[in-house]
Amino acid sequence: MTKLSALIAGLIFGLGLLLAGMANPAKVLAFLDLAGAWDPSLALVMGGAIAVAVIPLNWARKKKLSLLGARMQIPKKRELDIRLIGGSLVFGVGWGVAGICPGPAVVLLLTAHWQIIVFVLAMLVGMYVFSVLESRRTC
Amino acid sequence: MSIDWVNFTPWSSLGGGALIGLAVSLFVLANGRIAGISGLLGSVMQFDSEGCSEKALFLLGLLIAPLCWGMFAALPEIEIETEWPALIIAGLLVGAGTRYGSGCTSGHGVCGISRLSPRSIVATVCFMTAGFATVYATRHVLGI
Repeated sequence: MTKLSALIAGLIFGLGLLLAGMANPAKVLAFLDLAGAWDPSLALVMGGAIAVAVIPLNWARKKKLSLLGARMQIPKKRELDIRLIGGSLVFGVGWGVAGICPGPAVVLLLTAHWQIIVFVLAMLVGMYVFSVLESRRTC
Repeated sequence: MSIDWVNFTPWSSLGGGALIGLAVSLFVLANGRIAGISGLLGSVMQFDSEGCSEKALFLLGLLIAPLCWGMFAALPEIEIETEWPALIIAGLLVGAGTRYGSGCTSGHGVCGISRLSPRSIVATVCFMTAGFATVYATRHVLGI
C-alpha cells in the first residue's frame, strides 16, 4: 500500500507542477525577474500548496506512525548553520540561471527536450560530488 | 516593477499549487515521509536501502506525469532558452546546493514552511533571494 501511495503522490505532484506552470522554465524565470515584466503566478503555487499542506503536515509532526502504519520521518533539526545557508544560496543561483529546480527537472525528463537531459546529468553530478565529499568528511 | 498581466495565470497556478499540497499531504499521511525532490533523488542515487522503493516510486510518478497528462490533453508550453554551458553550470549548482542545503523548493519551500520549520524558512528566503538576484544580474546587469 505504501508503494501505491508513493506512486500516486508522485504522480499528483507532477501533474500539479505541470498545471501550475512550474514545469515551464521560461515562466519560472519570468517570476524571478522582478525588474522585468514580472509574472507573479508562481507565488500562488507556493501559497496554494502551503494552504493545503499546513494542516496535514502539522498533524503528522505530532504522530509517531502514518495512517498506513509507517514510521513518521519528519526532520527535527532546528539549528541554522552555514551549510544550510550556503547550500541554499548556491541552489538559488543555479535556479536563477536556468529556471529549473529538481522537481520540474524530473517531470520534464521524458518530454523530449535535450536541454533537460543536459541539466539533469549535471544536477546528478552535483549531487554525486556532494555525496563523495560527504563520505570523506565522515570517514 | 511592471506586472506581466498577459502571462499571469492565477487560477491554474493556484490549482497546481493545491495539487502539490495534496501530493505532499498524501506522502506524509500515508508514507510518513517529506516529499522533498532533491532529498529523494539524492538518497535513491546512493542506493540508500531505507525506503528506496517508495522513494523511487514517488520519482517514477513524477516522471510519468507528463505522459499521463498527454493522454488527456496537450502538454502546456515548455520553453527553455538557456544555452548548454549555462545549463551545465545551473545543474551542478542546483545538484550540489540542494544537497548541502538539505532541500529544494519542495522540501523547504512547501513542506518545511507548512510545518513552520525555522531552517526551511531561512533556506527558502536564501534560495529565493539568490534566484531574484541571479536573474537581475544576468538579465539587467550582464544583459544575457
